[in-house]
Amino acid sequence: MLAMIWAIFRKDLLIELRTKDSLNAMLFFGIVVLVIFNFALESIRESIRAAVPGVLWVAFAFSGTLGLNRMFAAEKENSCLQGLLMLPVDRGVIYLGKMLAATVFMLVTEAVIFIFSLVFFNLTVWNEIPYLVLVFFIGTLGFTTVGALLSAISVNTKMREVLLPLILFPVILPVLVNAVEATNIILNTVDYRTLKLPLTIMSVFTIIFGTISYLLFEYVLED
Amino acid sequence: MDQKPQSRFDTALGVILFLVMIGALYMAFLGAPREKTMGDLQRIFYFHAPSGIVGLLAFALNFVGSVMYLIKKDRQWDNLALASAEIGVMFLTILLVTGPIWAKPVWLVWWTWSPRLTSSLILWMLYIAYLLVRNYVPDPDRRAMMSAVFGIVAFVDAPIVWFSIRWWRDIHPSPMLETGGLSPAMRPAFYTCWAAFMVLFLYLVRRRFYLESARNDVELLARQVDIAR
Repeated sequence: MLAMIWAIFRKDLLIELRTKDSLNAMLFFGIVVLVIFNFALESIRESIRAAVPGVLWVAFAFSGTLGLNRMFAAEKENSCLQGLLMLPVDRGVIYLGKMLAATVFMLVTEAVIFIFSLVFFNLTVWNEIPYLVLVFFIGTLGFTTVGALLSAISVNTKMREVLLPLILFPVILPVLVNAVEATNIILNTVDYRTLKLPLTIMSVFTIIFGTISYLLFEYVLED
Repeated sequence: MDQKPQSRFDTALGVILFLVMIGALYMAFLGAPREKTMGDLQRIFYFHAPSGIVGLLAFALNFVGSVMYLIKKDRQWDNLALASAEIGVMFLTILLVTGPIWAKPVWLVWWTWSPRLTSSLILWMLYIAYLLVRNYVPDPDRRAMMSAVFGIVAFVDAPIVWFSIRWWRDIHPSPMLETGGLSPAMRPAFYTCWAAFMVLFLYLVRRRFYLESARNDVELLARQVDIAR
């Protein structure tokens, strides 16, 4: 099964490396969001560090949604989905492969957006980086577990790109709230013992929705 | 459930609903005593709390309909899921409108991001999203499938939303019946209103369910006419 997941994961990665369709859009959009927040938060420039966790996760979520939108839209365009469905594998395997690929795209984007935010908001971080990587990783995994399933739902609708954020953000709220909280603990309060609660909630969310999506994925891909 | 659009049961239910509604209005506005500090304002509670309870019940019913549709692939279950989601959103809207009306004079703000308020709002948004999914899938069978999957996701998400923000400070009064905070003199009014909302819910779900079944039949007939041509 791991080999099959790897095959689908590798396929998505290869396509992306050759076309760079989503990555370019995701990166650029993330940076645009940072710039807009810079103007929106003009009045609290002195204490901007307190707002950075929220700004970062809004940028991550928005650019991640762009990536998720492309995930199945690209498959639909050249009827690639039919080919994918003819594979003699469990539908859940397709889900896992595509979900992991989306996670990698998002993590790459997040790294770049984060570096830009260091420049734009004048932050210095060194020791915090391992903790941040952990929070970004679990938060992103939580985001894509549900995101991949809902992306497959939204390609079935008339509205596609418009619908995904509308149905994704209410569902993803527990991850966003706790990711912002965890990032805030790392960047501002620096009390690492309190990091356990948000990380636990995000992990539980990821496990529950990973399982549900794995099981339900065959229904949304039918036909 | 039987297929007749207006059975005798529904007529009886309508009459019962009318009577229990009159009773609920009487109890809430005249029967129940005035609250000592909040005065007549407290009477909004008789409509606020039952609409929240009934809303949750509706979403549970939506979950049952969604799961059963995935198992049985029978459109009747999808109709049940749709009916309960729409009516649940309506009751939650009542909850979210009556809440701020009460909160402004008592808390001095319309809204606060306490766990109970936030999770009610998110719950409302989740089922609006559910209705949006339904709206934008043209093919009926696929619509039923997609919305059943989303209905399950939404219902599983609701308790996680609640747990993930539980550590926020909550100023919402704790559930009155559990803590015994509701004076015994007020209980009859509360129970009457609760009963009235339950009957209203049952009545509306049945009406909406039949409407959707009728719509399915029309769709099917239209398709047969197309084929016959």
